[in-house]
Amino acid sequence: MRELQDLADALINGYADRVSKLTNELLETGVEPQTILNEGLIAGMTVVGEKMRTGEMYLPEVLQSASAMHASLKLLKPHLVKEGVESRGKILMGTVKGDMHDIGKNLVGIMLQGAGFELVDLGLNVPPQKFVEAIGMHQPAVVGLSAMLTTTMLNMKTTIEAINNAGLRSKVKIIIGGAPVSQKFADDIGADGYARDAVKAVDKVKELLAA
Amino acid sequence: MQHTVRERWRSLAVTNADELMFGRAPKPVTCGFGLKLGEGKVFPELNFTLPTMMLDETNWPSVVAQYRDIGEMIVRASQRLHLPGLMVEFELLPPMTERPEWGAEITHILNEALATAHHSYGLPCALRVTPTDIRDATRPPSLRTGEEWIVLQQSLRMCAKGGAHVLSIESIGGKEVNDEAMMYGDVTGVIFALGVLAPRDMAFLWGDIVKVCEECRIVPGGDSACGFANTAMQLASQGMVPEVFAAMIRAASAVRSLVAYEQGAYGPSKDCAYEGPIIKAMTGAPISMEGKSATCAHFSPVGNVAAAMCDLWSNESVQDIRLLSGSAPEAFLELLAYDCRLFNQALERGTEKMYQDLLVHSDMHLSPQALILSPESTLRIARAIVAEPTHYLQTIAAARESLTILREALLGGILPLSIKERRWLDRLERSLDELPEVEEDLLEAMKERYGHLFLPESYGL
Ligand code: B1M
Repeated sequence: MRELQDLADALINGYADRVSKLTNELLETGVEPQTILNEGLIAGMTVVGEKMRTGEMYLPEVLQSASAMHASLKLLKPHLVKEGVESRGKILMGTVKGDMHDIGKNLVGIMLQGAGFELVDLGLNVPPQKFVEAIGMHQPAVVGLSAMLTTTMLNMKTTIEAINNAGLRSKVKIIIGGAPVSQKFADDIGADGYARDAVKAVDKVKELLAA
Repeated sequence: MQHTVRERWRSLAVTNADELMFGRAPKPVTCGFGLKLGEGKVFPELNFTLPTMMLDETNWPSVVAQYRDIGEMIVRASQRLHLPGLMVEFELLPPMTERPEWGAEITHILNEALATAHHSYGLPCALRVTPTDIRDATRPPSLRTGEEWIVLQQSLRMCAKGGAHVLSIESIGGKEVNDEAMMYGDVTGVIFALGVLAPRDMAFLWGDIVKVCEECRIVPGGDSACGFANTAMQLASQGMVPEVFAAMIRAASAVRSLVAYEQGAYGPSKDCAYEGPIIKAMTGAPISMEGKSATCAHFSPVGNVAAAMCDLWSNESVQDIRLLSGSAPEAFLELLAYDCRLFNQALERGTEKMYQDLLVHSDMHLSPQALILSPESTLRIARAIVAEPTHYLQTIAAARESLTILREALLGGILPLSIKERRWLDRLERSLDELPEVEEDLLEAMKERYGHLFLPESYGL
């Protein structure tokens, strides 16, 4: 459908006003909100993600597209809720206890939202118990842990243990990232996945949820 | 509301690019056990950190043991490497700042090691201590009140009393806004963070640090725009922001780092402050820099050029792990030692200009971030800064001058830039032109856009 392609194009170009206008027009002509979401917004953001991966787009441009997507989602949300459409998956993220580096984690969050996931960001310096409580409250599909210090990366292990002890481990997939960690470390502490950067994090989350 | 600049920084300490040289600073500093900086030699600055391990009460004895080992290694290896002098940096990890007695204990251990080296074989040496700026534990950060600020002050004092010879910090005032503005490519937000917020916090914080140093008769070294410009550099290296943007942020960040010197700091500046050369041109203070020998901590496009004007040459930080040769800190000390032998040979033979040219030209055509670090660019940016009366206008002037340098290099065929980068160069120039003349005119809009991120009272606003 050409109109959906127009919507995707406007999103790729970061034209928030046009994206909102097109979303309203599509809704008025009776196009299913889920179709608008999948074939307009997520299709557009997939191209944006790809352009970021290949170095064709910088983060500020990606964020402009993400803002346009938010504007459209605001309009779509009441319709999606009414029809009981579920989001692509909820992700709970945080930088672990003792660590105040958060820009990397924020980037991962932005890219995940851009890919259509719902994000609950617990911020930084997050103690294990807070992750446990938030899992109970938000019931995410994936938990993302970030750490940048050699002396805080072990708090990822402690957090996974706390999730385990609370009997919640089987309910969530866990992905980790940050400068000092690696796939081997992820394996050692019992995480389900590791991602080197924000783009790879989106791939990994998709992979974990498809499994 | 204008934040005016103290009279003393209205002229340059170095006015000729040829005089901006490694190993020589117009205002040398002597610190610690007779280490003379800026008097014709470059010395290594060794920095190290813990490997993967818990840093808590139960593990504290192993942490202490690890730093003791490093201290012993330094005593041994400095002699083996015939070091002409050495700066050691102890960068506290957050729990070592949160428990000031911990930071002071390690400070004392390292001070004793250096004392041993100095007394047993005469090594001129000093210890720089860098507590963590823990004031951003809450968001928005409360910078002037609250538990974290009190504890940070205690940490600074206890480290000073525990044996630090130089105090530094990587302070974070303004970062809460800069992070967001940078990600969105919002030049107005970046200039507001770097030119309005950060200088106010720097003045507040460094007033206090200088007082502590005066009380304890030690040296107030300087700050680093790490949380601003190094984050930008890392974002650029991951392809997230344009390199021209990272270069502009570096130049603009020099103004907030200079505020430490307005408050009484006198160097050596901090290693990860790549804005150091601008500080040297303006204040004459000796500077510490890092580049190709700091790849253990992070990558950069300025590996050689960063060395062109340094007085200390650092490895930024390496985990204390075992390598095939020995411990990683010892391996990096050796690397720095050899780097410094080359600087010092060049200085002794009078071939330093040639060596500096090699360092500069091997990088500057490959990256905008490298180009703005050349001695000529440094001086131009420093000149632009001193010509303005307020921190806000200085920040804009530094940013604008860096873009002019890049534009000229592009037109002159000296710096190839991709179409994407060129588009951003245009966009950045336009955005700077749109900024208001006075900072008051910015405040309301910035409160509206970033008010959820910062507390005006943290900046006396
Ligand atoms: C859930 O799934 C996922 C998946 C992927 C994930 C993920 C989660 N999380 C991250 N990723 C991945 O995707 C992201 C996007 O692509 C990437 O995120 P990154 O964060 O890696 O990338 C960012 C986009 C850009 N990268 C950065 O911004 C970090 C760069 C370096 C230079 C750095 C910076 C800039 C800062 N720092 Co810090 N800092 C360093 C860093 C060196 C390095 N090698 O990284 C490092 C990590 N710091 C260090 C230190 C020592 C410290 N720092 C500190 C403070 C700071 C600043 C505030 C000044 C600043 C803040 C950065 C910020 N806004 O987050 C202090 C501690 C603060 C604290 N309480 O945590 C302090 C203790 C220094 C001090 N004494 O004050 C060192 C670690 C030493 C150690 N023992 O581990 C360090 C290696 C630098 C050094 N000195 O060598 C990936 O890692």
